[in-house]
Amino acid sequence: MRANYASDNSEQPAPALPQRAKREEHNVSTIPDNCKFATSHEWVRIDEDGIATVGISDHAQDALGDIVFVDLPEVGATIHAKDEVAVVESVKAASDVYSPVSGEIVEINEELLDAPETVNSVPYDGGWFFKIRLEDAAELDELLDAEAYAEHCEGE
Amino acid sequence: MTNRTSLYQHHLDAGAKMVDFSGWEMPINYGSQIEEHTQVRTAAGVFDVSHMTVVDVSGVDAEAYLQRLLANDVARLDEVGRALYSGMLNDDGGVIDDLIVYRMTFGYRLVVNCATRVKDLRWMALQTTGFAVSVEERPGLGILAIHGPESIERVCAILNDCGREGESEAAAIRALGNFRGVELGDWFVARTGYTGEKGLEVILPTEQAPQLWEALLAGGVKPIGLGARDTLRLEAGMNLYGHDMDETVSPLSANMGFSIAWEPSKRDFIGRAALIAQRAELEEGRLPILTGVVLEERGVLREGQTLSCRDADGNELAQGVVTSGTFSPTLKHSIALVRVPTYTASCEVDMRGKAIPVRMVKPNFVRFGKKVFE
Repeated sequence: MRANYASDNSEQPAPALPQRAKREEHNVSTIPDNCKFATSHEWVRIDEDGIATVGISDHAQDALGDIVFVDLPEVGATIHAKDEVAVVESVKAASDVYSPVSGEIVEINEELLDAPETVNSVPYDGGWFFKIRLEDAAELDELLDAEAYAEHCEGE
Repeated sequence: MTNRTSLYQHHLDAGAKMVDFSGWEMPINYGSQIEEHTQVRTAAGVFDVSHMTVVDVSGVDAEAYLQRLLANDVARLDEVGRALYSGMLNDDGGVIDDLIVYRMTFGYRLVVNCATRVKDLRWMALQTTGFAVSVEERPGLGILAIHGPESIERVCAILNDCGREGESEAAAIRALGNFRGVELGDWFVARTGYTGEKGLEVILPTEQAPQLWEALLAGGVKPIGLGARDTLRLEAGMNLYGHDMDETVSPLSANMGFSIAWEPSKRDFIGRAALIAQRAELEEGRLPILTGVVLEERGVLREGQTLSCRDADGNELAQGVVTSGTFSPTLKHSIALVRVPTYTASCEVDMRGKAIPVRMVKPNFVRFGKKVFE
């Protein structure tokens, strides 16, 4: 995920990732360990035989703030890992969402078209973006596990 | 160097996400910017805007000095407590800053932007030559803005809890008209703000801000971050310095014409000669204007996006630009301020390579919780 238009909210540009106050820290316990993660903050989870579900992480939704629109790919589209496949617009910024894996889109979460805020409230559950039939399961090995992703977020 | 207001710990306690804001650590939101926005439109919220710069001007020449310094005319402030919005221009008619000036018993009080503080103070000091005037920054003062349809009653209800003369001060506050303020001991309370809602700004010694903050929160007023302050002001069609105008932009190109006092014509304010020339350019259609657009379908207009513009006959004009854009939480679609050629009748915004038609409207989208434009 990468911001392509950040609208500054005030009199002076804010840093990309805000300093955290007394909110929940993103530690290993809040990051589901049945998911793999891209450094660009998408998660992928193998739900059934050869089908993976993709969304954006809690860390990503928190950094974006209130999400107001989500644009999803077409069912049937064939995509490659690291392709820009979706767009998420928050009050603050528009960001591209990259697919962590290659394959064919088999389902999209149409609920997000009317209720994009679901991504904020349950990013790992009802806030999923699309399901994809994996072309190459070996791509999963290149992704981060929960612990490595937590470290990645801390290092940002 | 990082500055913190006297409410820093209170923001953390309220769950704030803090960001750097011209060298100040300020709350951008306390969870959801949209919920905070709606809170102000429907009930009451409090903003800590103590990072803003308060400057007091006094001395026998205070009025004459400000009549030279500002494009609006402080002579219009015919009673103590009255407020005026003005641009402070350079000799070329560019906007150094926009500000609010209040008439006070001691002279005048200006509230200027935090991001422009250093250059503002330098410019104001430079212009004192020949005037018997004192220009004094007041870093010991903080500002809380309490806005929303319930805001005034909420403030009146907690005055006693702040150790104040609750009854008499509440009467004085309720009696205030819009753009009017009253000095209540070491507090100055005014019906001004940046949201398009009814509300108050309380300027008070910084050490008293925590007590007022705590009393307001106990009284049901919710803390509102600077993120919501931005969406609220944009819905109200109010400019943000550094985005909608700066030193390279004429106030006539920034929808600030209403704040220029052309009369009396003998008042020689800084930038006047340049403005007269710019006014002629505007009449000839050679000066761009700041106006509003709405995008009623999906997508969010963002600062910096370009617009292709056409006049009423369909002729292509120069390119326009989005100066402030956001998703409007009240309207549930995107709104923006745009700078476009004078005779623009229709325009399309370039969004991620696609030309999307947008509708031009008067740059005032929401007032008192309701949609304003047709």
